[in-house]
Amino acid sequence: MAGTLKFSPDDRCNAFITTCAEAPFGEGVLAGTAVAVKDNISTAGIQTTCGSKILEGYVPPYDAHVVELLRRAGAAIVGKTNMDEFGMGSTTETSAFGPTKNPVDLERVPGGSSGGSAAAVAAGLVSMALGSDTGGSIRCPAAFTGIVGLKPTYGRVSRYGLIACANSLEQIGPMARTVEDASRLMSVIAHHDPRDVTMLDRPYDHQPVAGVRGLRIGIPEEFFGEGVDPRVAEKVRDAIGVLEGLGAETVRVSIPGMQYALAAYYVICTSEASSNLARFDGVRYGPAVDTRKSWHEAYQDLRRELLGAEVRRRIMLGTFALSAGYAGDYYTKAQAARRKIQEDFERVLRETDVIAGPTMPTVAFRLGEKTDPVSMYLSDILTAPANLAGIPAISVPCGRVDGLPVGLQIMGRRFEDERVIDAAYTYEQEVRA
Amino acid sequence: MITESDIEHIAELADIGISKDEVPEFTRQFNTIIEYFEVLDTIEGEGAPDTGAVNVFRDDEPRPSLSQEEVLANAGATEDGFIKAPRVM
Amino acid sequence: MTVDIGETIVGLEIHVQLATATKLFCGCSTDYQDDGPNTHCCPVCLGLPGALPHVNRKAVEYGLKVAKALDMRVPEESEFARKNYFYPDLAKAYQITQSDKPLAVEGTVEIEDDEGHEKIVRITRAHLEEDPGRLVHVGGGSKYSLVDYNRSGIPLLEIVTEPDMRSPQEARRFLNKLRTILEYLGVFDGEREGGLRVDANISMRGSERVEVKNISSYKGVEKALTFEVTRQRNLLRRGQKVARETRHFMEGRGITTSARSKEEAHDYRYFPDPDLGPIRVTGWLAGIDLPELPTARKNRFMAQYGISLNHARTLTGDPRLADFYEHVAHIEPVLAATWVADTLLGELNYRNMGIAAVPAEQIIELLALLRSEAITDRAGVQVLREMLDACAAGKPCEAPAAIVEREGLARVVGDDFTPIVQAVVAANPQAVEDYRAGKKGALNFLVGQVMKETRGRADPRELGRIVSEYIDTGGV
Repeated sequence: MAGTLKFSPDDRCNAFITTCAEAPFGEGVLAGTAVAVKDNISTAGIQTTCGSKILEGYVPPYDAHVVELLRRAGAAIVGKTNMDEFGMGSTTETSAFGPTKNPVDLERVPGGSSGGSAAAVAAGLVSMALGSDTGGSIRCPAAFTGIVGLKPTYGRVSRYGLIACANSLEQIGPMARTVEDASRLMSVIAHHDPRDVTMLDRPYDHQPVAGVRGLRIGIPEEFFGEGVDPRVAEKVRDAIGVLEGLGAETVRVSIPGMQYALAAYYVICTSEASSNLARFDGVRYGPAVDTRKSWHEAYQDLRRELLGAEVRRRIMLGTFALSAGYAGDYYTKAQAARRKIQEDFERVLRETDVIAGPTMPTVAFRLGEKTDPVSMYLSDILTAPANLAGIPAISVPCGRVDGLPVGLQIMGRRFEDERVIDAAYTYEQEVRA
Repeated sequence: MITESDIEHIAELADIGISKDEVPEFTRQFNTIIEYFEVLDTIEGEGAPDTGAVNVFRDDEPRPSLSQEEVLANAGATEDGFIKAPRVM
Repeated sequence: MTVDIGETIVGLEIHVQLATATKLFCGCSTDYQDDGPNTHCCPVCLGLPGALPHVNRKAVEYGLKVAKALDMRVPEESEFARKNYFYPDLAKAYQITQSDKPLAVEGTVEIEDDEGHEKIVRITRAHLEEDPGRLVHVGGGSKYSLVDYNRSGIPLLEIVTEPDMRSPQEARRFLNKLRTILEYLGVFDGEREGGLRVDANISMRGSERVEVKNISSYKGVEKALTFEVTRQRNLLRRGQKVARETRHFMEGRGITTSARSKEEAHDYRYFPDPDLGPIRVTGWLAGIDLPELPTARKNRFMAQYGISLNHARTLTGDPRLADFYEHVAHIEPVLAATWVADTLLGELNYRNMGIAAVPAEQIIELLALLRSEAITDRAGVQVLREMLDACAAGKPCEAPAAIVEREGLARVVGDDFTPIVQAVVAANPQAVEDYRAGKKGALNFLVGQVMKETRGRADPRELGRIVSEYIDTGGV
């Protein structure tokens, strides 16, 4: 059963940074299945760059926990997918290895930051891929390319080996063409790993079941407000209508903490990232630092040369937010805001079983359309709350606007990824039939 | 209001090399972004997000380390088993 | 013009390497002293991207043991935070330490002040953190340095005192006491180089405070502080101000030098490490058993063995020495205390030997010979030296009785001396005359001459009596 998978894709979308022409595989539930892995997940013996020049040529000496599990399940790891540099972006355009294009429309971005994984799945190069989601990085590209992407409950999948952008927010998750495949991949990667102490021992072992009779779906007004393309909102309402038709009950709810979500998200994310990314100094790995210069000079030159503008901007923002020298004390306030958002979601999810809304406020942008950082940040408004609350959230395709895919986002209670999967599966089965 | 000299200071603190001609652009962007942060000033009280895991410890049992060869494999420059780095002075 | 200079105020920050088998956040062995550079490293302590820290339970237990021994309070919750700064030996560009929520707070250590009175030094806090790697500066104007990450991630307990010490000597006594307690607790390996490192804050009351960093041996502390007292007092005496700054101690030259101002502009941007959850271990304290600590043992030694405060203090200053003493004390406690605390310790220091290398059974035999007066003190010293020399050379240790036999060191008594005394008195008529004229020194001289002839086999006091009797009774 074990063998080698030959892999030479026609990668016209630039989905991959690295491909493995001959990918070994073993026995198991994924035996011989081609799986693409986002390039911020460590793979022993395969270059892992995070889409950055500063890690070009870095070959990890160890596998991330999820990669160990993939190999154990027999999967063939066929390549490392393109991404926004260190996950900082919603378009995959900030990659140092060139942008990925959306297979649905090559003039459009695939979303990000897991744009390469999404494009590889959507283009049919692989049937499933791993992404990571800090503020929407799995769900945004899933929505933009018309595939399924799950951000698991925080603490359900080991982060060991995931090159950190924002540790307290991010999770590795499955991306696939169908809910069933996403669920299958989830059951391979969601196993307890003592090395990630933020993880709880709650393995995912589930077969999707269709049926939403009596399911209470919360519809937060904030997810259909200003900035959300009315045509996108319409598609999503239709999709929720389909679930209602199958016996689900909808409840209008409100999450007032949403007003803080983007600010809290960007403060926490940039603060943690500013600390996480400081280690790339060209000493232990990565392109070598110039040892003839003095330390600070050499280090600053290296980072100016090898980090992109968005990454440098976010490192500076995070440094500013954490610095004692400025009166804002933003990090502490952002944590308080996060607590508030968490409590809002908990309250709503006591009255309801899941929450539904659009994944993204719009359809995929044109390549080069988002030049202003703030307008890019605003596009995370509907996805970042689930990361702040630590709850599971899935994006499942629900029709098209102007020929471009729209994603239905379903969120659930912590450690109820199964319920979120089932709701998405029910919708998918119904519209496919 | 963040000034250009604030930006230079933050860049120094972050050890991010920025060139002179990048400063005005960074300053402008910073001010726009920080406007969005200001909503946080209306938050009252403190509070940390609820984290699940408390007292997750490991037993004091040695595990194999990487070989010296593996440790040095990704380093830019090495000498006698050490990794070369710029001098701090 | 006289300048009024305030008293000296000293506070210390002590970094103690905890003697765990593995590092603080990974399973790499801490036993790297005899191995090459970068041989005890893994993705975690190398700061490889994606690796995650996992706290060593033993390090927490050791921290709590110290907390209990220093009578500290353990708050309900403590947490690890990141201290962000860039340095090539700091693998992650942040040190995982504890900032706002340390493991333990508010303790005490009892020491003697400069007048010999008991005094309390208050402990502010104790927290866990990881050691950075080690930088080796290549000499000869070389531009680069070399990094060894074997030390990266070694668990440290940082103990911070209140500014309660009033002289460099008090600081030294405090450190000796603390070190002894740590050794008694078994959480610290006193033999390990760099196992205890100190930063000191020192000021003259009313003036600015100076932080002296980089004191890599606890013995250097008194030296560094003495230098600073002189430097600061001289500045004030000349009407100048002491600048608030960080200074580095240059161990080799025994001086401190000003650190560059850039290092003082540090803004460490602390925040709770999102990779690690909170620690709630207050309840563990009750289950921690403490051994008998130095002060209790010192008091017991005085009561149980009837030995002096000085001997008890010396003997309990090192748990191994105290154990050794208790092993040999049954022969005759006071005699044993003198021999172990004074003679043996002196001979060991001279040879740079540790107490562990001394064969206790031979010392017991030696003490028995001394107690029965079979040999004189002086012969005893000679036997001890022969034994230690053999041990130091790695040779089998001869039994004391055999050395006495071989060297003819058995005590000679009474009339056996008469011929020697006769000969010495006859040969030194001037000294005899001086003695008769009442010069005390003359008798000592004559006794010394006899001692020389007997090669230490006689007791000097006994000889003094014999010589004076001989002259007084007109033996001549």
